[in-house]
Amino acid sequence: MAAAAVSKPRLSPSVPIEVYLNVAIGGVLTGLVYGLMALGLSVIFGVVRVVNFAHGEMMTLAMFMAVVLFSAFHLDPLILLVPIAAVMFALGYVLQRGLINPFITRPEHSQFLLLVALGIIITNSLLIIFGPDARAVQTSYAFDSIQIGPLIVDTTKVYAGVAAIVFAIALFAFFRFTLIGKAIRACADNYTGALVVGLDVKRLYALTFGLGAACVGAAGAILTLLIDTTPMLGPSYTLLAFVIVITGGLGSMPGALLGGVLIGVTEALAGLRFTPSAKSMFAFAILVLVLLFRPQGLLGRRLA
Amino acid sequence: MTRKSSSNATRLTRRTFSATLGASFVAGVAPFNIVRAQNPLKVGVLLPRSGFEAGIGEDCQRAVDVSQAIFKEMGLPYFTIINGDTESNVDTARARAEKLIGDGAQALVGTFDSGQTAAVAQVAEQKGIPFVINIAAAPQITEQGYKFVFRNFPTAPMILRDAFTDQKTVFAEVGTAPKSVVFMHVNDTFGTAMSKGIGAVMPKFNMPYTIAEEIAYDPTARDLSVEVAKAKATNADALLVVSRLNDAMLLTRELVKQRWTPQAILSMGPGYYEDQYIKTLGKYADGPINFAPWFDPHKRLTKLLASELAKRHPGVNLNTNHVFTFEALLVVADAYNRAKSTDPNELVDAIRKTNITDNVSIGPGIQFDAKGQNDKVRQGAFQNRGGKLVTVAPPEAAEAKAEWPLPPYQSRA
Repeated sequence: MAAAAVSKPRLSPSVPIEVYLNVAIGGVLTGLVYGLMALGLSVIFGVVRVVNFAHGEMMTLAMFMAVVLFSAFHLDPLILLVPIAAVMFALGYVLQRGLINPFITRPEHSQFLLLVALGIIITNSLLIIFGPDARAVQTSYAFDSIQIGPLIVDTTKVYAGVAAIVFAIALFAFFRFTLIGKAIRACADNYTGALVVGLDVKRLYALTFGLGAACVGAAGAILTLLIDTTPMLGPSYTLLAFVIVITGGLGSMPGALLGGVLIGVTEALAGLRFTPSAKSMFAFAILVLVLLFRPQGLLGRRLA
Repeated sequence: MTRKSSSNATRLTRRTFSATLGASFVAGVAPFNIVRAQNPLKVGVLLPRSGFEAGIGEDCQRAVDVSQAIFKEMGLPYFTIINGDTESNVDTARARAEKLIGDGAQALVGTFDSGQTAAVAQVAEQKGIPFVINIAAAPQITEQGYKFVFRNFPTAPMILRDAFTDQKTVFAEVGTAPKSVVFMHVNDTFGTAMSKGIGAVMPKFNMPYTIAEEIAYDPTARDLSVEVAKAKATNADALLVVSRLNDAMLLTRELVKQRWTPQAILSMGPGYYEDQYIKTLGKYADGPINFAPWFDPHKRLTKLLASELAKRHPGVNLNTNHVFTFEALLVVADAYNRAKSTDPNELVDAIRKTNITDNVSIGPGIQFDAKGQNDKVRQGAFQNRGGKLVTVAPPEAAEAKAEWPLPPYQSRA
């Protein structure tokens, strides 16, 4: 057994190359879910020009919806993501119309404080209702994996990654092929022009915030397959979403997905090649490099 | 005349007023003193009842729940328990210890986690309140010269010493031994202390295996797929693990998903023997051999504790958390019985003179050395088998022989 292992190609003296491939595939699949979460942040900023500092907390809210619905009805989170995205869309729409809209023209620090306060309220409400303990969703395929030659891929991560891609494609199609999507893009490209041609910008902003929240809802439901849910997850995922969208390009939808995959793969490979306990350090190192050499992000547009 | 005389008799002078006031004060306060003297001892029990160690904290609480009934049967005095939650956080542990003392706690017990325990030990020492540690292995806690801190739990070097001894016993029994292991551990206070200890203690034991790779990870990690992939890539025969509960479950899930069944999982910390681990993972929970502070199944008090636990919490296996939380409370109850006082200084004096031979854990009993450490406490080895925990070493406490190797995960029915 040891002799066979020695004959395999290796990137480092101790790790065969298929292990790198396994880990990289896991990183891509997890990164796609991260990307979907960050996509919501990017969509909201790209159109409404508000940075959602309650993004991770909204995702945690969606995760708890998935956990509660799973325990009540034993429905797979991949099915639950549709109603959860719909509920989060409605929540995002109402939130934007009722709370965030008055702040759009106010200074950025006011928006920041409003959304941070919203995040704190969500986290503490979840703590009051559910307590601080981790809750897991145990599906029938929770322990399954798929073997393709020397590669062993986690079935749950495959389902999660595919679901994230499908949801992202649906969102891209919505923005590209529907009238409302085109109107939202028009608002993002030229706010004054959109007003001149008679678009209901306030409503379109609310729709956009709703769509961003729906992305977060879908990502939250999918993420319950990969990690245990606790109320305190929010701030770390808000930070992760920022790292991803800044790396991919703030306001760029493909950039968010690319950023997610890049961060997912970097963390996984760095954990394998170096020390696992320092893997997030490498994600932040990429962020620093992007900020230094391409401040608009990998797929972002340079602002005039 | 009569009226005058009567008036004189009832006249309130400054002197009589002062005397009356003084007498009233004494009469008024004395009963409170008497009541206060009769008030039972207040013991603050600090555990991680929430946060990432909540499962273990809840498990420790089960021992708290059954303790008073057993103490009553043992003829030990009743005392009041005030619960505190460390939230699995060092700073919160410190703040809660201060609050419990502020609320009247005259002794503290806890906290399961070495980092949190170290913080509470500082508070207890500053405030002059006896603190009996239930579970915490970082050796430095009893190396600070503290006068109010006592530990009836082995330190990391003691755990390692006994773990290596018991491993050799198990290897001799099953007639085989791993040639190499991957050492995976949490990078918290306990995990780091164990890691340092392994480096220092292992060479003295001439173990049959070498450590192919050491992998440290965050105890709050949400995904350990990379860590397990890295471990699997070493082709080591066995896993040597120092874990907590959540990461033990994550590690096992990843072992199943990545289709790697090592010859053995040799656990030198908590996690694998917890009820939540056994219940959540079902058939995948079988096989790990735990080397941890444990109970002697043949002792009288062990049977009593197991029986009370079965009454209050049916289906829960007696484990380290129950044993050492119970024994920490037993130390306090025994000292309170001897001191016959709630005064912290008198309690501390009594705890120092502890000599309990009717106990639960493996070893001759509970006594404390000059540092406040029970250096006689001995640990054991026990294996997860069909949802039960079977003691396999040391020979004097063993119930059965260890099963070796680990049954493959993919073929478990």
